Amino acid sequence: MDLYKNAAHELHEKLVKKEISSVELTNSIYNRIDQVEDSVKAYLTLDKENALEQAAKVDKIIASGEKIAPLAGIPGAIKDNISTKGLRTTCSSKMLENFTPIYDAHVIQKLRADETIFIGKTNMDEFAMGSTTETSYFQTTHNPWNLERVPGGSSGGSAAAVVAGEAIWSLGSDTGGSIRQPASFTGCVGIKPTYGRVSRYGCVAFASSLDQIGPITRDVTDAATVLNTICGVCTMDSTSLHEEVPDFTKALTNDVKGLRIGVPKEYYAAGLDPKVDGVLKKALADYEAMGAKIVDVSLPHTEYAVITYYIIAPAEASANLARFDGVRYGYRDMKATSAPEMTTASRTEGFGAEVKRRIMLGTYVLSSGYYDAYYLKAMQVRTLIRQDFAKAFEQCDVLLTPTSPVVAYPIDGKMDPLAIYLLDVCTIPVNLAGLPGISIPAGFVDGMPVGMQLIGKVLDEETILRAAYAFEQSHDYHKVMAPLGGK
Amino acid sequence: MKVTAKEVRHIANLSRLTVPDSEMEKFTEQFNQILNYADILQELDTNGIVPTPYVLPISNVLREDIAVEGVSHEDALLNAPEVHNGGFKVPRVIE
Amino acid sequence: MKNYITVVGLEVHAELKTKSKAFCSCSTSFGSEPNTHVCPVCLGMPGALPVLNKQVVEFAIRTGLAVNCEIQKFNKFDRKNYFYPDLSKNYQISQFDKPICLGGHIDIHVGKEPKRIGITRIHMEEDAGKLVHSGSTIKTSDSSAVDYNRAGVPLIEIVSEPDMRSAAEARAYLEKLKAILEYIDVCDCKMQEGSIRCDANISVMSEDATEFGTRAEIKNLNSFRALERAIDYEVERQIELIEDGGHVVQETRTWDDAQGMTFSMRSKEEAHDYRYFPEPDLVPVEIDDTWIERVKSELPELPAARQVRLMSEKGLQAYDAENIVATKAMAQYFDDAAKHTDDAKGLANWLLGDVSAYLNNENIEIDKFPVTPAHLGELVTLIKKGVLSSKLAKKVFVEMVKDDKAPKDLVKDLGLEQVSDSNELQKMVDETLAENPQSIADFKAGKDRAVGFLVGQIMKKSRGKANPAMINEMLLKKLKE
Repeated sequence: MDLYKNAAHELHEKLVKKEISSVELTNSIYNRIDQVEDSVKAYLTLDKENALEQAAKVDKIIASGEKIAPLAGIPGAIKDNISTKGLRTTCSSKMLENFTPIYDAHVIQKLRADETIFIGKTNMDEFAMGSTTETSYFQTTHNPWNLERVPGGSSGGSAAAVVAGEAIWSLGSDTGGSIRQPASFTGCVGIKPTYGRVSRYGCVAFASSLDQIGPITRDVTDAATVLNTICGVCTMDSTSLHEEVPDFTKALTNDVKGLRIGVPKEYYAAGLDPKVDGVLKKALADYEAMGAKIVDVSLPHTEYAVITYYIIAPAEASANLARFDGVRYGYRDMKATSAPEMTTASRTEGFGAEVKRRIMLGTYVLSSGYYDAYYLKAMQVRTLIRQDFAKAFEQCDVLLTPTSPVVAYPIDGKMDPLAIYLLDVCTIPVNLAGLPGISIPAGFVDGMPVGMQLIGKVLDEETILRAAYAFEQSHDYHKVMAPLGGK
Repeated sequence: MKVTAKEVRHIANLSRLTVPDSEMEKFTEQFNQILNYADILQELDTNGIVPTPYVLPISNVLREDIAVEGVSHEDALLNAPEVHNGGFKVPRVIE
Repeated sequence: MKNYITVVGLEVHAELKTKSKAFCSCSTSFGSEPNTHVCPVCLGMPGALPVLNKQVVEFAIRTGLAVNCEIQKFNKFDRKNYFYPDLSKNYQISQFDKPICLGGHIDIHVGKEPKRIGITRIHMEEDAGKLVHSGSTIKTSDSSAVDYNRAGVPLIEIVSEPDMRSAAEARAYLEKLKAILEYIDVCDCKMQEGSIRCDANISVMSEDATEFGTRAEIKNLNSFRALERAIDYEVERQIELIEDGGHVVQETRTWDDAQGMTFSMRSKEEAHDYRYFPEPDLVPVEIDDTWIERVKSELPELPAARQVRLMSEKGLQAYDAENIVATKAMAQYFDDAAKHTDDAKGLANWLLGDVSAYLNNENIEIDKFPVTPAHLGELVTLIKKGVLSSKLAKKVFVEMVKDDKAPKDLVKDLGLEQVSDSNELQKMVDETLAENPQSIADFKAGKDRAVGFLVGQIMKKSRGKANPAMINEMLLKKLKE
């Protein structure tokens, strides 16, 4: 049985019916990893012994007749910037190559309480800074649809693992698109929840006012299931919302009649690959056929979003990453004879180029004389961008856009940093506004997946899930496995 | 040219980082590229616009003053590069 | 030679007496083994986040109200960014442009006239950890060990206006501020333990100048004495520098108590650019009138009010009352001792006299004074009742500080009970007169000093126990016969 081809909700049924055991399922995932990991390179750390121990525990619980949670006994992968107690967490950086967390992230605690299985930690762009997973210190992850291409980033490892069958579900993090864009590049589902829905306690901070943890899965039902588990208020995170968490799976009604879908013209402008545009146009037509109403809207400040993000995020990151100084943990240059020298050498040797670039950019825009022109200005433009969305949502219920203006491009494409930054144009505004966004497969261009993004109002994951589910069910993209070079 | 190599070195210093001489030119060029692009923000009239440091409209998230045991001493030092007398050892603190 | 005006502003950091830290639930208790009251948050571990302790806000509001500040309704926190090993995140969570309190004052007395010292602002922030240096000073150490037990302990920073014009004024301000913080019970104010720290911003200006001079910030002032000495030294240093044609540099200097000098702490680095920006991991704190009113209604009695109360209830003079209330511990001691005597004035005299002298000598505070308030009260009562002469009381006091025995018992043990029995005294008077006929003759010849001599003789004879007032009366009566 190729159990890895099943979705979590299918496997849950099989477990409950005792058609399979969790140990069997977990072993099959590790077997799949043995088969394909050399080509995909999604994982940095595997935790087989503990995973099998946990699987055995779940099997006992099932045998006793006790009810189990939907994710119990089902193997998932965790992005390596999420703190897992006792299990190496590197953020794909030399700085944390040998770092063992002393506590579990809030989301990990919740998943453990549901008796789920953690297969291992996945590769990412170093400290979540990047859009291709190439800035990882350790390895480059390969897109299962075309191994010469990037899987997207920064949650490239999590997306690739799920799509290659090396995990049934996974967690990623999203600061400017790092869940949605890899989901789009690898042809799977990724959700960034409303800011504050999911606790950030234990998520190694990149940009505090933008980061959110979210699921990357093969179908919308699984994404909703994971979301159910990880959402909720957390007493260790002051920015976590006290809002009620609905059962997101109940939103999957497969009905979009009367749904007003806004199409913001600025997302369909120059720079969008015409073939990707074609896929989106067809998706819109599909929605109309299902009874949704298409509304033209405008988000006039869209063109300023990327630079606004690349001022705010590095600014926050420059402070968030200051703690990596070789004193309490992490890489330390042992040759230095003074603490300032030690800190400088440790950080210079421990961080990669992109991380250094963003830290310095952040330091610059906060420095005396430049704060007003850059950081303050960016915070004001952020307000304008939020207002744009609020106005647009007066006329529609969700927004539909491409997730990325292009499909996955070749590894080692040697692009300028700015050129790469500009490709985040569709996802970044959603983080700036704190809104929920989902990417689901919408088609293919030249054999590569194309994702489309649905953006919802604050706290309205339900509507974007409903819209996503309806589209998914009227197509087969969630049932197609990546070719993986024939494996 | 928004920033010179000298300024880049100053910023690096503030960030406790070093850019190797061999990469300095390229780094400065890329840095400038981004900062030049940031000029487009000046096109926008943001007079009177309230900045958004907080995405959420919440305030007063407060915790009761109750002391709880933290992590064990061993866990605190688990990842320490160097330890001395129960403290994190560092080389001389001033240059 | 020009005349120069001294200008001093003080920045005081006070550790708040909360049970847990500012942004995590670790205990704030002092003196434990290194790194035993820590958690991912105060250790600055990756992924950890701050959550504000409500009591920190309470204490900050209480402090602001006690020093007449305006409590700011909208508060936010900011990150103050700099690298130092005792700062576990390499930024300190503080308040930059929207502090919790603005614009207050403290009234001090130096000399006759009261003077109002302005307070610019009060803000909340977190403390850093502690560095234990391998050598005797930071400069002579080639390594240090960091203990984060103190990291995250809540602080309030109270910044005064540059209103002080002398070391004495600065000291008076600090003493008053310390007393207030103790009275409202937000800080235990132990300078030696570092729960209250003071930095001084010192500058000089010539009498005819229209602007303040450049100021230097002096750190490492661990006692009131150090504060005064440092101000005096620094003022002289700056004046000498200016007179020599130099300029005072805006810099941080450290006070070296042993050498009695300030030294520049300037490193090769330029002045700090803290790159303040709003703390994105915390949300704003909004304080409404209800909250402020409640704290106001619960405000404990402040020194000024206590002073007034002592004057009206106990009939103390202003000077005495002011000195009794100068520290909470002394005021409390007075109240406790006053339960055991109704001679408030006598009690005040003893506390401000012999007791204070003893404390100064032993270099301790009244909380370490070995005599209980009850016993001191009893001593005062014995004197008032005439059982013990004030002179002999001093002898009893000396014994009391040794092992805090009840004064009644000591008086008995030492056989020091004052003799006030008129028969006994009359006998002594008659005896002494009989032994000193010359004195009688002197007195009759108009030499009043003879009485004093005779009293002295009787005191000697009675080994100080005779009631001097009664003897005096009896002698005069007999002599006039």
